[in-house]
Amino acid sequence: MLPRERIQALLDPGSPFLELSQLAGFGLYGKENVPSGGLVTGIGRVHGRLVALVANDPTVKGGTYYPITVKKHLRLQEVAEMCRLPCVYFVDSGGANLPRQADVFPDRDHFGRIFYNQARMSAKGIPQIAVVMGSCTAGGAYVPAMADESVIVRGNGTIFLGGPPLVKAATGEDVTPEELGGAELHCSTSGVADHLAESEDHAISITRNIVANLNTLARPSAPQPPVTALFEEPLHPPDELRGVVPSDPRKPWDVRAVLARILDGSRFSEFKALYGTTLVTGFGTICGQEVGIVANNGILFSESALKGAHFIQLCAQRGVPLVFLQNIMGFMVGKKYEAGGIAKDGAKMVMAVANAQVPKITLIIGGSFGAGNYGMCGRAFSPNFLFSWPNARISVMGGAQAAGVLAQVEAQKREREGTRWTEEDQAAFKAKIADRYDKEGEPEYASARLWDDGVIDPADTRRVLSLALTAACNGYSPTTPHYGVFRM
Amino acid sequence: MDRILEVALRTGAQAVHPGYGFLSENTTFAGLCEDNGIAFVGPPASAIAAMGNKSEAKALMAGAGVPVVPGYHGDNQDSLLLVEEGDKVGFPLLVKAVLGGGGKGMKLATSAKELPEALSSAKREAAASFGDERVLLERYIIRPRHIEVQVFADTLGNAVYLFERDCSMQRRHQKVIEEAPAPGISEEFRRSIGEAAVAAARAVGYVNAGTVEFIVDTDTGDYYFMEMNTRLQVEHPVTEAITGQDLVEWQLRIAAGQRLPLLQDQLKILGHAFEARVYAESPEHGFMPGTGTLQRWRIPHGAVSFSHVGDVRVDSGVRKGDQVGVHYDPMIAKLITKGPDRRTALDNLHAALSELQVSGLPTNVTFLKRLASHPAFAAEELDTSFIAKHLDSLTGAVQPPAKIVALAALAHHLLQVQAAEKEALSIGGGQLGPWGVLDGFRLNHELTSNLSLTHTATSAACNVHLTFHKDRSICLKVSNESGSGEIKAKRLQLSNDGASLEAEIDGERLTADLSVHDHSDEQVLTVWSGGETYEFSKPVPRKWARSGSVQSSAGLVTSPMPGKIIKVLVQDGDEVVEGTPLVVLEAMKMEHTVRAPCDGTVADLAALVGAQVADGAVLALVAPAAQAAAVGAGQ
Repeated sequence: MLPRERIQALLDPGSPFLELSQLAGFGLYGKENVPSGGLVTGIGRVHGRLVALVANDPTVKGGTYYPITVKKHLRLQEVAEMCRLPCVYFVDSGGANLPRQADVFPDRDHFGRIFYNQARMSAKGIPQIAVVMGSCTAGGAYVPAMADESVIVRGNGTIFLGGPPLVKAATGEDVTPEELGGAELHCSTSGVADHLAESEDHAISITRNIVANLNTLARPSAPQPPVTALFEEPLHPPDELRGVVPSDPRKPWDVRAVLARILDGSRFSEFKALYGTTLVTGFGTICGQEVGIVANNGILFSESALKGAHFIQLCAQRGVPLVFLQNIMGFMVGKKYEAGGIAKDGAKMVMAVANAQVPKITLIIGGSFGAGNYGMCGRAFSPNFLFSWPNARISVMGGAQAAGVLAQVEAQKREREGTRWTEEDQAAFKAKIADRYDKEGEPEYASARLWDDGVIDPADTRRVLSLALTAACNGYSPTTPHYGVFRM
Repeated sequence: MDRILEVALRTGAQAVHPGYGFLSENTTFAGLCEDNGIAFVGPPASAIAAMGNKSEAKALMAGAGVPVVPGYHGDNQDSLLLVEEGDKVGFPLLVKAVLGGGGKGMKLATSAKELPEALSSAKREAAASFGDERVLLERYIIRPRHIEVQVFADTLGNAVYLFERDCSMQRRHQKVIEEAPAPGISEEFRRSIGEAAVAAARAVGYVNAGTVEFIVDTDTGDYYFMEMNTRLQVEHPVTEAITGQDLVEWQLRIAAGQRLPLLQDQLKILGHAFEARVYAESPEHGFMPGTGTLQRWRIPHGAVSFSHVGDVRVDSGVRKGDQVGVHYDPMIAKLITKGPDRRTALDNLHAALSELQVSGLPTNVTFLKRLASHPAFAAEELDTSFIAKHLDSLTGAVQPPAKIVALAALAHHLLQVQAAEKEALSIGGGQLGPWGVLDGFRLNHELTSNLSLTHTATSAACNVHLTFHKDRSICLKVSNESGSGEIKAKRLQLSNDGASLEAEIDGERLTADLSVHDHSDEQVLTVWSGGETYEFSKPVPRKWARSGSVQSSAGLVTSPMPGKIIKVLVQDGDEVVEGTPLVVLEAMKMEHTVRAPCDGTVADLAALVGAQVADGAVLALVAPAAQAAAVGAGQ
């Protein structure tokens, strides 16, 4: 079975699968193609319980770990830990990708972190289950070894620290993989694995039983926020979201068009509608789940930042999960605004975002530039999930602006040196910078590097947000902030 | 018997009805009833005894003027005399060893010319096989029909016949479909055979219900006495249907000493009726009896039970959830239909069979349906070899249509989804919110899945590739032995109890009734659609499945049927060659030898003498040489 088939077989029939980081590794290693980073990760439902899944793809370089593979594995573990989701690892990997060992082995967020996370999550009562369906060599051997419970398939799964070639090289011993680390050995002699499966189907049925017996429902990780079983669909069909963004990126458009297509019954209770109007804030529900919406509707001014900070505190106080819809060119610049202390007001919003102890989900539906990215809960602010639309652009500033800034710096340098800079040269210089910014701002560039958790079809927005919200709320227990709500 | 009498005496019962099983022809019991002053609802013990011995009964009948099959049963075995007697009996003629059986020592002579040779070869074989060369001669009837007459007699000396039944549709000498009246006979024949039956009953001083069985030579139109069943028979409902009489009521009245409710000239044939016997058996596997638990037992809408009022009647002693074992006759029900004429009654039979839903065990329902719609049967080409002659068209396996395979695959998927929904609800999964919507949502691609089902009747694999589109339609690529094709399914609706499915398949609205049960290591899905029944199975992963690549199922030895192990001929570690007998199984009072499927070493012998095993149970593993080495190394 292929990795997605393994996952599908484990999930409840018809269960949604919220796959993460599908574009991981895209174009990252030159001619070496590493589809999905050689690893399939995501969240699905097993026996009615949400589970985080990792499946090595043995068809990609034997399932070995590239740097991006490690990053993707760790990201899934991070999500699982934040959401308190039991982890199931379908292990079928040759371990570290040897030619790239320096980029996968030694650092803090490298290979070893996988096992560190397993140990820490196990200690927190987040179950760790390994299903060995192929080779688990060297480092890979520790995934089942560190698991709470493990399953291995006869004649298919093997676990050993050194494979037969290494044993031959080290000791001269001739040994078959099955003898060295087969299912029979590990289940009856070494005790490295717990359950012997006769086939992959059998292994999956055992694993489903393990999940059913995790006792996660008897002692929920946190009191569950009320989710209404019945909810209204938006008045406007969500698949119209493919058409809300104008093709000309400079044309302004109202973010409420998005809200009308993702909120239940298209109902939105706007907060401070008349103040700081370039930021839209308010409450609504998504598939019955109460949320606070923070959405850009233009450049951030001081008022908008203050309004955002206020609203985020409000949600934190009430334990309402936050959804950020990013379409931000940045904070307003200029003499008047600096004098007005926009940096201070922006910092308030960033402070509020960083400390709001509620589940957060960020969706980039347009530009994501500069400090706006931070104030709107960018990757650095650890939202539980971060998704992008295909039209998203992410960089420190726009390509044209960057070209302008760098061209000015260059022009000043040349002036000091006394060299001439022709109009054509200057234009070519600018174009090169702008091109590079544009390319690096593309969502596939960002997603390939795991700056987000995936690029989604706008038509799927409501579904993805609702699935992600439920998963995020799984691990959430409300804590009261140390201060009251500051009116800004 | 003592217990029954004791209960009868203690409760003050005036009569005992023995049913139509063994007890009804038990002279001792009938005698015991008489001795204790309890009415036995049936004939006197003397009449049972007189008809119990078949050769004596024949002699008795010949004396009473009832025609019997011509033959010679004398002790004088002189060859010349035998030839002479053979000429008297007429041809074709069967020479049978007196002690014969199973076809041994039986020779056919189609004319006088062949008789001497047939005689000597039969004697030779008889001497070799039985150590006794005595033979008897009997007229051989090439195309016999089985026609029987229902008779009744009261204690006051009245006797009538309630017309005849044709029971020529037989397999393994057991009736499958009976009808009344017998088609294609004249009124004169009817009266003649009826009166012969009454004469037979009178000859033994018969009282109560009885059936006189005749063999009819379709070529000559002659009929001969075979035997008399001194009880009410399984097929009595067809007589009830055409006469409008309740035969059990008649039996009780007569047992109470009353006179017959109607006399001969008051009896009339009011239409035509059929009875189909529903057996738990596999017609496609030589009518081998099957066992199981009745998962679905749904009789045609509006059918009545144990009453001759109404056009469709179902008499059965089973309910949903009942276990059908090997210890009794495999008949589980009788389906009776009637109509003003044969055509209508037959159409009703076919329609009623199409509505009958049974699952959980093999049945002959499809076989009965094909028999009921067979043109030769409709054309009244009746003789006892009908089923054997048309066996291929009656039992031949037919591939299921692609749309049905698609329907089965959809049913399989939806039932699984429904089970997951129910499970989530039962564990308080109302909290699942959007995760409770089991539409198979996938990010940036469509969900696909592969499903492999086995059509059990043909053992053919049906592979289905499903693609779930965002608009909730499903595209199915169906491939089996008869080819492959693409089918589009829309607007699927599974009922809340999972027992019926509606779907638009390639623009056509189809409905199906469904039932699912586990049998051995398989999940069996039964689909009823368009009046046809289809069964599909899918393996369920089990610990003992041994499908891992180290030990394949190549040498797996399984029980071919449910039964009891009476001999185990090998031990673990024995070297065997293909065909070596391993285990002897007794099932249906017959011994079956289970043999090695390949050369190799016996391992994991799981057969114990005396153990009762289900069909498909693993008895042993014959590990081929190479595999045995791998097993050894792995341990």
